[in-house]
Formats: sequence, structure tokens, C-alpha cells
Amino acid sequence: MPAELSPPDNSAQQLHEQQLIQRTRDGEHELFYELIRPYERRLYAAAYAILRNEADAEDAAQEAVLKAFKNLRQFRAEAKFSTWLTQITINEARMRKRKEHAGLIEPIATDEERDGSYAPRDFADWREIPSETLERKEVREKLAEALASLGQIYREVFVLRDMQQLSIEDTAKALGISKASVKTRLLRARLMLRDLLAPGLGGPWSKQLFFEKGAKPW
Amino acid sequence: MVVDCEQVWREVSNYLDGDVEPRLRTAMDEHFRSCHRCAAVLEGTRNVVRLYGDERMLEVPLGFGRRLERRLLEESTPASRRTFLGWLVAAATALLVAGGIELSRTSQSDQPALRSQLAQSAVGVPPGLMVVVAEEGKMFHLAGCDFIHDKSNLRTMPAREAMREGYAPCIRCLKKYLETSVG
Repeated sequence: MPAELSPPDNSAQQLHEQQLIQRTRDGEHELFYELIRPYERRLYAAAYAILRNEADAEDAAQEAVLKAFKNLRQFRAEAKFSTWLTQITINEARMRKRKEHAGLIEPIATDEERDGSYAPRDFADWREIPSETLERKEVREKLAEALASLGQIYREVFVLRDMQQLSIEDTAKALGISKASVKTRLLRARLMLRDLLAPGLGGPWSKQLFFEKGAKPW
Repeated sequence: MVVDCEQVWREVSNYLDGDVEPRLRTAMDEHFRSCHRCAAVLEGTRNVVRLYGDERMLEVPLGFGRRLERRLLEESTPASRRTFLGWLVAAATALLVAGGIELSRTSQSDQPALRSQLAQSAVGVPPGLMVVVAEEGKMFHLAGCDFIHDKSNLRTMPAREAMREGYAPCIRCLKKYLETSVG
């Protein structure tokens, strides 16, 4: 991520953010985009984790930003602006998902989640998938498919924590769950993805994909 | 302190996050040295975290920022001013359309269809900038760009020539030129 688009991570940037919030509240509305720009990717990712559709995710993220703009006066300085924005986006995406799937109920938590146990399915040696293979679109698509196959509660946590690098605490706040739940869901999401991507187990694509043209990437 | 495999699986995620007590960490380190299977679980999970944490895994649709900014501008501009702006835009559009019709009568358009529907326009890229293209590719790149897929069959040409042939700019190596025109 280019430095100029990175979320504020130091006090000087946070001060700048607070000033932008105040100026936007005071009527300089055009500054709001500058305020949310560092978080664009995160908002899109959060919406996509729930809706799993580009157009819907973009629409939900846009709507969430507009709601944030209209409700900026309700934002309290003691909270993190980025977490507040993410919460609004997640609520917006969840609401759309509920409307789309009215009548279909996704389980809130499974028995396995409640007791935290999950046995990894494959005990074979893990064969490293090098980061360089991400240059290939088909690899990215397959990883995205694996992620999409997880239940929503796991996708949400995994995307915020492992793809957007939020802390456990910020992930918990953004999703409105406890830190313990974040850790439990994160554990399961990581292990399930590992199982899905383990060559030969639940991921027969991996062999076809990585061994094509006779070239082994590892 | 000794841990068994089940305890290791429960804690492997916290272990990766550096979120386990020192005694437990030491016990898990010891376990990984002796348990081949749990070591494989650890390495696989670490690999998953590294792969999905790569920014290439999240592709935001092209033009997302620009559309968001535009919508925000529309919503944050007072209605009266928006109406006035709307008239201005409509008038400008009408002029452009009229001009476009006139131009099309006198000359062929020099804007070919892009090879990829998802590509963004190369507005902002200096026309004289030397770039490379792959015969089967859809993008033009700066020489040496990591995102050139077929490096065996490259042609070098000015950006204007690549655009004329329908190639779109690589959003990685030519990013700095695109950000001025696309949000």
C-alpha cells in the first residue's frame, strides 16, 4: 500500500485526522473524502467479506461512507475514527445481506466455535505456497474461493485481522463481539483455510494449478 | 510444562500472533521440535497468514475511489448549488457531444477499444514515455515491471503507440501517472 494511502499510525497523523474531522464538521465538507481515503480499501474489504460480490460491496461501502458523513457529529473523539467507519460499513453490509437472504439463517456460532476446538484435517507436510505465486491471477482467485467458502463469521474476522491488519481489539470493536470470540474465530478461519489449501485435501486444484507446465513453484 | 497436540492446535493462532505466555511458548516450541505433524500445522497456518496478508489479495475495483469521491461530492453539495452545477454539466455535455459529432464527421477516432474491459484509461501517462508490451498481453509496462506475464516476446514503443494499439497501463508500475486522473 503506498505510504500516502496508509491508515494513520502515529500521533501526528491522528492529530491531522482530528483536525480534518473538526473542519468537516465546521462546514468544509469537501475534506471528508481526504479523511476517509486512507480507509477506502478496508471499507471495501469489510463489505466484500460479508457480501461476496464486488458491485454490492462497492455500493455498501459507498452508502456507509455517506452515513458516516451525515452522522459525523455523533462520532466521539475517544473512539478510533477508522473503527467507527468500519463498524458502519459492517452494519450496512450485514443489513443488506439480511435483506437479500431474509428467511435464511446463517448460524451465529457452531458448537465447535463455542468450545474452541478444531482438529486440523491434514497431517501431511505443508508445502509452502510462495508469495510470488500471487502474481498469478488464478492463484489469487483460488485463494479467494477458499476464503469465500468459510462461514460469514469467520470471513469477517479473518479479513479484518489478517488482510486488513486490525488489532484483535479493533476487530472486536468493529464487529461488536468479544476479543475471545475474535481469537476463537480467527483460529478456526486460519486452520480451515490451511486445510482447504493443503495439497490434496479439499484443494485438488492446488496440484493442477501449481504443477502446470511442469514447473513446481516450491 | 508439557503440551499435547490438541492444546497446540488451540493455541497455534495465538502463538503466531505472539499472544501466548512465555512458559506456554517455550512448551510449544519444544512440542514443534518433536511433533512433525504439529510443525506442519504451524507452517501451513503461517503460510496462510502471509499469503492473505499480501496486498495483492485485495483488489479494489478500478475507479472505486473516484466513484466514491464523486458520490460524496454529490451528497455533500447543497441541492441549490447541485442544480446549478447540474445545468453547467448538462450544458458542457451538450457542447462536447456536438463537438464530438462534428469531429467524427471529419476524422476517424484515434481511441481504439481497450483490450481489457476492466482496464483504466491511460490519461496521465506521458505519450512519449517508452514502455514495453507483450504480444498476447493487455497492458503496457515500464521495462522490468514484475507484472509482465510473458517476458519472452516483448516490444518497446512509446506509450502513445501502445495506447493506439489498445493496450492499457499497468496499474502497478505506472501507478504514479494514473493517480492524477483516477482516484
